[in-house]
Amino acid sequence: MLENLFVGTADWLRSLLGGIGFLPTEIAESIVLLVKLVAVLVFILVNALWLVYMERKVAAFMQARIGPNRVGPWGLLQTTCDIGKLISKEIIIPKKADKVVFLLAPVLIFLPPLMVFAVLPLGKNMAALDLNIGVFYLLAIASLSTLFFFMGGWASNSKYSLLGAMRTVAQMVSYELPLVLSLLGVIMIVGSLNLSDIIAAQEHTWLIFTQPIAFLIFFIAAVAETNRCPFDLVEGESEIINGPYTEYGGMGFAMFFLAEYANIMVVCAMATIMFLGGWHAPFGLTFIPSWVWFFIKMYVLIFIVMQFRWTYPRIRIDQLMGFGWKVLVPLSLANIFVTGIGMYIYRAIGW
Amino acid sequence: MLRTQEYVLNFGPQHPSTHGVFQILLTLDGERIVKAEPICGYLHRGIEKLAEARTYTQVIPYTDRMDYLAAMLQNVGYVQAVEKLMGIEVPERAEYLRVISGELSRLTSHVLATGVYALDVGGFTGFLLCFREREKMMDLLEELTGSRMTLSYARIGGVADDVTEGWLDKLNKLMDEMPGYIEEYNGLITGNEIFQARTKFVGQLTPETCINYSLSGPVLRASGVNYDLRKAMPYGIYDRFDFEVPLGTNGDCFDRFYCRVLEMEQSVRIIKQAIEQIKEVDGPVMAKVPKVLKPPKGEVYHEIESSKGIIGYYIVSDGTNKPYRLHVRRPSFINLGYLDEMLRGYLIADVVAILGSIDIVLGEVDC
Repeated sequence: MLENLFVGTADWLRSLLGGIGFLPTEIAESIVLLVKLVAVLVFILVNALWLVYMERKVAAFMQARIGPNRVGPWGLLQTTCDIGKLISKEIIIPKKADKVVFLLAPVLIFLPPLMVFAVLPLGKNMAALDLNIGVFYLLAIASLSTLFFFMGGWASNSKYSLLGAMRTVAQMVSYELPLVLSLLGVIMIVGSLNLSDIIAAQEHTWLIFTQPIAFLIFFIAAVAETNRCPFDLVEGESEIINGPYTEYGGMGFAMFFLAEYANIMVVCAMATIMFLGGWHAPFGLTFIPSWVWFFIKMYVLIFIVMQFRWTYPRIRIDQLMGFGWKVLVPLSLANIFVTGIGMYIYRAIGW
Repeated sequence: MLRTQEYVLNFGPQHPSTHGVFQILLTLDGERIVKAEPICGYLHRGIEKLAEARTYTQVIPYTDRMDYLAAMLQNVGYVQAVEKLMGIEVPERAEYLRVISGELSRLTSHVLATGVYALDVGGFTGFLLCFREREKMMDLLEELTGSRMTLSYARIGGVADDVTEGWLDKLNKLMDEMPGYIEEYNGLITGNEIFQARTKFVGQLTPETCINYSLSGPVLRASGVNYDLRKAMPYGIYDRFDFEVPLGTNGDCFDRFYCRVLEMEQSVRIIKQAIEQIKEVDGPVMAKVPKVLKPPKGEVYHEIESSKGIIGYYIVSDGTNKPYRLHVRRPSFINLGYLDEMLRGYLIADVVAILGSIDIVLGEVDC
């Protein structure tokens, strides 16, 4: 029953639209797809709010505090109120800013996570769109956000913003490489770029066990990609105030802020799909619905990312680049090499 | 035509990491610093001038407002200077109370410096962790003096009041717990790989430079110069305590930071010994001093070891009840003297690390 909650809803909607009769199938399908995408959209926005709350609670937990507990039950409505406040704030545009780009950046920043989520299988048969080049699409879209950070930083016409923007580009470009290279091992083993195929291949063995180094590289690079501590140089509030968002106030800031959490969600979902078996239940615990498993795995990863932030200090820019190019890239290349040899040997002995 | 260009970044006075209203004009080549021009004075209140219109006792609260993080040490430095000028003998119990509250002040200052340094390099949890213990110490100081930061506890000729009953036991209990807390700081901050990578061999100072620029306090000792006034020329009753002077070897940010952590342990040691010894000392906490203080004509210079370095008070008396001239040698201000040279060639992130490792208080820099 619960297992097919969402799939069943979609089928019910489809049959309902089919029952009306005069609608062509194409239009009915498009409506169903639209509903699916809107559902994904709402889910991401609400989840970003929830993640802000979760982060504050995790931080409080790690710092022996209580955290938000005033607004709503257990402070659950705190972030909703915060966003409400931010919406009501005046949008201040610096005098010498490039107005169009300045205003466009916070609008577009939400684009990549939304687009990525359209193809992620959140449970059994639960991908809004099942692309056969899913991984490729995912990586291409995910790296788009660099551009929007840079837009915001450049258009602000402030030196702090510009410094942050330059750091974004340097950081994202150099960590994109190990991120992609680490996934290559997974793709080699599975032999498909389709996300559903990758999940299906992990029914018995999660790929984290066959590709542990790739998982580590992916996770580190993913943390760097989302500008999270210890790689949060882009914001680096003790150095460059707030990086690209320094000049943004009100909703502009809130969009950047929420996009950070949406991005965390994206990379953690990606890690779950690629390495942790996606929606497959471990130990045969299939009575828990597949989509619940997916979210459990995703949230565990998100929790770890949050824990990083509240434990580690920030790394320096030259150390960051050095670590990326001198450690992660060679390591991921070596991983591909070892994976190739391993696969060759496995086939040779006919496992 | 393509060319690279240096640009000026205005770092502060509204900046989260300048520890107050401090400004540095950074000339940058990309992220690398070519030149740094420190500008201070945003918090200048003219304390030295104000003192000329106040009686000797009325100056004490002003000294609080210089290094407000270790107010007791500022108080003690000033009153000891006046006592030296007037030749007042301070009761023994008062001396012990000055040591106890002074070292407690030093602890609050060092705990904060440790936490804030963690924040400077990006670790937020270390910052709040240190605040936890600072709060306990502040509560104790509040119980002793009635104030949390601006203590004004020292008086010319003694201290304001004796301790309340049970206060020393509470303090002793906290001091027993303190080594465990310091262990926690070391686990979370000092031992962290990234923290060490950020701070080791950054902003190195040679012993010669330190001496030439008259740097003092943990900044000096981190470079390996064994000069702590409490040991070198003991003032008050510091010769009665058994403690060590922690020294660094590299003179880098990490050593300056770690020197403070080690100094905390020594302060705990001193307080514990003082608590033991004060139990046998009874008597008044104020010497018999005249209601109107009129020091003889003359001048005096007295310096003590504050949490930031050597703080010296120079007082010129013209025989009236107000000082003719008061000058303070503020360690935070003098320690900043070498900042420009220290920053050159480092990255923006290092500016924060180096400035944080000097541990300045703007109230003291600008006075």
